[in-house]
Amino acid sequence: MSMTSQTPPSSGGQSLRQWLLSDTPTSRRQARLSALYQGWLALRQNHMAMVGLAILVVLISIALFAPLIAPHDPFVQDLANRLQPLGSEGHLLGTDSLGRDILSRLIYGARITLYIVALVALIAPVVGLLVGTISGYAGGWTDVILMRITDIFLAFPRLVLALAFVAALGAGIENAVLAISLTAWPPYARMARAETLTIRSSDYISAIRLQGAGPLRIIIKHIWPLCISSLIVRVTLDMAGIILAAAGLGFLGLGAQPPSPEWGAMISEGRRFILDHWWVATMPGLAIFAVSLAFNLLGDGLRDVLDPKDSAS
Amino acid sequence: MNAALEINALNVYFGDHGALVHAVKSASLTVAKGASFGLVGESGSGKSTILKAITGLAPQWNGEIKVEGRPLGAKRDRNFYKTVQMVFQDPYASLHPRQSVDQVLSETLYLHGFRDIDDRVNQLLQDVGLGPAFRFRYPHQLSGGQRQRVAIARALAPQPDILLLDEPTSALDVSVQAEILNLLSDLRAAHGLTFVMVSHDLAVVAHMCDQAAVMQHGEILEVLSIDAMRAGQTAHPYTRTLLDASANRVA
Amino acid sequence: MSTLLDIENLWVRFPTRNGIFDAVRGVSFSLGRERLGIVGESGSGKSMTGRAILRLIRHPGIVEADHINLHGENLLAKSERDMRKVRGEQISMVMQDPKFSLNPVMTIGDQLIEAHRLHAKATKAEARKKALEMLEAVSIRDPERVMGAYPHEMSGGMGQRIMIAMMLIPNPEILIADEPTSALDVSVQGQVLSIMDRLVKERGMGLIFISHDLNLVSQFCDRVLIMYAGRIVEVCDANRLHEAQHPYTRGLLGSLPRFDAPRPRLEVLQRDPSWRDAPSVEGRT
Repeated sequence: MSMTSQTPPSSGGQSLRQWLLSDTPTSRRQARLSALYQGWLALRQNHMAMVGLAILVVLISIALFAPLIAPHDPFVQDLANRLQPLGSEGHLLGTDSLGRDILSRLIYGARITLYIVALVALIAPVVGLLVGTISGYAGGWTDVILMRITDIFLAFPRLVLALAFVAALGAGIENAVLAISLTAWPPYARMARAETLTIRSSDYISAIRLQGAGPLRIIIKHIWPLCISSLIVRVTLDMAGIILAAAGLGFLGLGAQPPSPEWGAMISEGRRFILDHWWVATMPGLAIFAVSLAFNLLGDGLRDVLDPKDSAS
Repeated sequence: MNAALEINALNVYFGDHGALVHAVKSASLTVAKGASFGLVGESGSGKSTILKAITGLAPQWNGEIKVEGRPLGAKRDRNFYKTVQMVFQDPYASLHPRQSVDQVLSETLYLHGFRDIDDRVNQLLQDVGLGPAFRFRYPHQLSGGQRQRVAIARALAPQPDILLLDEPTSALDVSVQAEILNLLSDLRAAHGLTFVMVSHDLAVVAHMCDQAAVMQHGEILEVLSIDAMRAGQTAHPYTRTLLDASANRVA
Repeated sequence: MSTLLDIENLWVRFPTRNGIFDAVRGVSFSLGRERLGIVGESGSGKSMTGRAILRLIRHPGIVEADHINLHGENLLAKSERDMRKVRGEQISMVMQDPKFSLNPVMTIGDQLIEAHRLHAKATKAEARKKALEMLEAVSIRDPERVMGAYPHEMSGGMGQRIMIAMMLIPNPEILIADEPTSALDVSVQGQVLSIMDRLVKERGMGLIFISHDLNLVSQFCDRVLIMYAGRIVEVCDANRLHEAQHPYTRGLLGSLPRFDAPRPRLEVLQRDPSWRDAPSVEGRT
C-alpha cells in the first residue's frame, strides 16, 4: 500500500471520480466515501427524487436567509392595505386580514415548518428504533410488553391522540411537536421489529455471536445500520403527514399561536375570507403541498437507493 | 488418543411446547485431536443442528458435549469461542452487507482482546490467500469464493483449535470449491486444526475427512472411516443408498 | 433428427452504469428430440440462454439474435401476446426452486386445473381428471391427497415433481429445465431425473437441461454445451464428456473431488483470458 493512494489525488493521474469509484479501495475513508458516492450516483439517476431534493434545498435556503429574502416584516400590520389581491404593488402574494405581507409570512413560516419536521424526525424514529430493535431482538416477555404498548398507541387515530396530548400539555409549537412525535413512533417500532426479526436469524448475526459479542453490541453495531436506511425512507415518506398534522393542529389553534406565521395557522386565519379572498388560505396551502410533495419524491428515490434488500443480493 | 470433541447421547430440540421438533436424537461421536470428521446426510437429517448445538446457536439440548475434555454448560464463555469457530454454508448470507472486510475482521479481533489488530488483519488476509488489497472492500465487491475466504479468515481470527464447517462449499462453483477445499486443507496442516465438516456431498467429505458419521432423520446411523466407505464396508443400508447415489459418477 | 429449435447468434445484453454488460455473447445451437445439457459456472450465461429463448429476460435486459426459430418460425418476431401462447403450449420451463414457482395460497389441485383450463377449453371435471393423470405421470403415489394439499405441505422433491406435472399439462414440445434438481437431495434427485427422462422419451420432447453439475449432465443428457463467459467453448456427446478437449472443461473436471479416486490436492482451474475472446462454438448437430 503506497501512501499516495490513501489520500484523494489533487490533480492529474487518477481523477477524484476514479478514486471514488475504485473497486479496490485502500483505506477505510476511501471505502466509506466510495459507498456514499455510489449511493449519490444512484440517487441522481432518479429525476423525480432530484426535483424533491431541489425543492427541499430551496426551502432550507429560504429558511436560513429569511430576513434577507422577505420583502416585509411578517408581523407588521397595515390595516389600510388589508386583503390586497395577488400581484398588488409591493405585495406579490397579496396581504392577509391584518394587512401583513403573505409572501414574507410564508418565508418566515418555512423556518417553523423545518423546525417541526426536524424535531419530529429526530424523536419519533429514534424512539421507534429503540423500542422495535430491543423488542425484536430480546423476544419473550420484553417483546410482548413493548408491542402491547405500541398497540395501545396505534389503537387511537393519530390526530385525536395528538389533540389529547396537546390539550393535556397546553397549546404551543413545542407541545405540538411532542404530541406528533408521541403518536408517530409506533409504526417505526413495528417496522424496526419486523426487520430485526429477519436480521436476528441471519448467518452474519450468528457469526458475530460466535465471536462472543453481547446483545447490546449486536443491536447497536449490527442491527441498527440495517434498520436505519429503511427508517430514513419511511420518515421522508411520512414527512408530508407530519407537516400536515402540524398544520392541522395549527389550523385548530392548538399548534403555533398567533401571530406566528405557521402555515397551518395561516390557512386557519384565511378560512374566514375563503370565498371573497381565496389567496389568503390558498397560498400557505400550496406551500404545504409543495414541501410534502418534495419529501415524498425524495423518499421514493431514497427507497430505491437505500433498500438493504436490493444491495444485499 | 486425545479427543478434541466428544458428544454423548445428544438430543436437540427446536420450537416450543406446542410444536417441538426433535431434530437430533441421542447422537454420540468422538473426534480426535487433529482429525477431520465428516457428518453426511440429506437435508433435515440433523447434521447442521449438531454444529448449532455445539456452538450454542441451538439452545435447547441435553446430553453431554465435551470440548477438549471440558463439558459445556448452558452458556458459552469467550474461552469457548477462542477454541471452537464455525464457517457457515452461504457466504452471501454470512457477511454483514454493510461492513467492509476490515470492519468484520477488526471487530472479531477486538472482541477476542487482541490489540495489534492492524497487523493481524493483514496476516489473516494473507493466510486465506486474499492479500491486503481486499481489506477495505464491502461484500458486494467480492465474489462468492472471496467472501468464503473472508468468512474463513473471521473464523481463524481467534486462533481456534477446532473449526466447524457447515457445507462450506455447497453454494460455490466447482472450480471455486476446489480452491476453498485446498485452502482448508492447507490451513489445517499449518495451524494443526481439528475439522468437523457437514456436507451432503460424499465426494467432498471423502476428500476432506478421515472419518464420517452418516445421519438420517436426526439419528447417527453409523460412524465409519472413509477407507471403509470407499471399500463399501457399510453396516447400514441407507449408507449404501447414499454411496450409490454419489459414487457411480464418471468424470 | 428433426430440429425443433434453432438459435443463431443469440446475445443478451444488460445496460449498466459502467456500460453494457453482455451476459450471452453470440451463441448458436439447435435442439432436436433429445436431451441437451448446458453446463457452466455461475455467470456463464447458461440460465440467461434458457430464459432468452422464452423472451423472459427482465427489463432492462435486451435479447438479440439473428433468429430463434421454433419449427422455422422466429420467436423474436412474435408479439408478446403470441409469445404467451408459445410459453405455455409449445415450450415450458421448470425452475430451480419449486417453492417460489407455486402459488402458496392455492391448493395444488386448483393450480393444476387452472393451468389446464388456461390452455384447453375443458370443463372442470375434465381438467381435474387430466390433473390427476399428470400427477400419476410424475410418480406421485397418492394424487387425490396431493390435489387438496398446499405447496408448503410438500417436500422439495414432491414440489419439483408437481412443477414438472404442471409444465407438462399443455403437452409442450420443448421443456427447459433450469437446475431442476439442485435444491434436492441426491436420492430424490435420481427420482425426479428418471421421471423427466421417461417423459421426454415417451412424448418425444426436446429437453434443455441447464446445470452446473458436470456429473449429472454427463449421465443424464445426450449432448452437452459447455458455456464460459457467455459463449459456448465446447460441444460434445454427454457420454464422452470425460474426453473433453477444451482446457476449461478439463479444468472443471479436474477440480471435482472424486469419491473413488482420492488425491491429496484438487486441481485449481487457471483461467486463460483467451477463452473469453475465442469465438463461440456452434452447437448444432
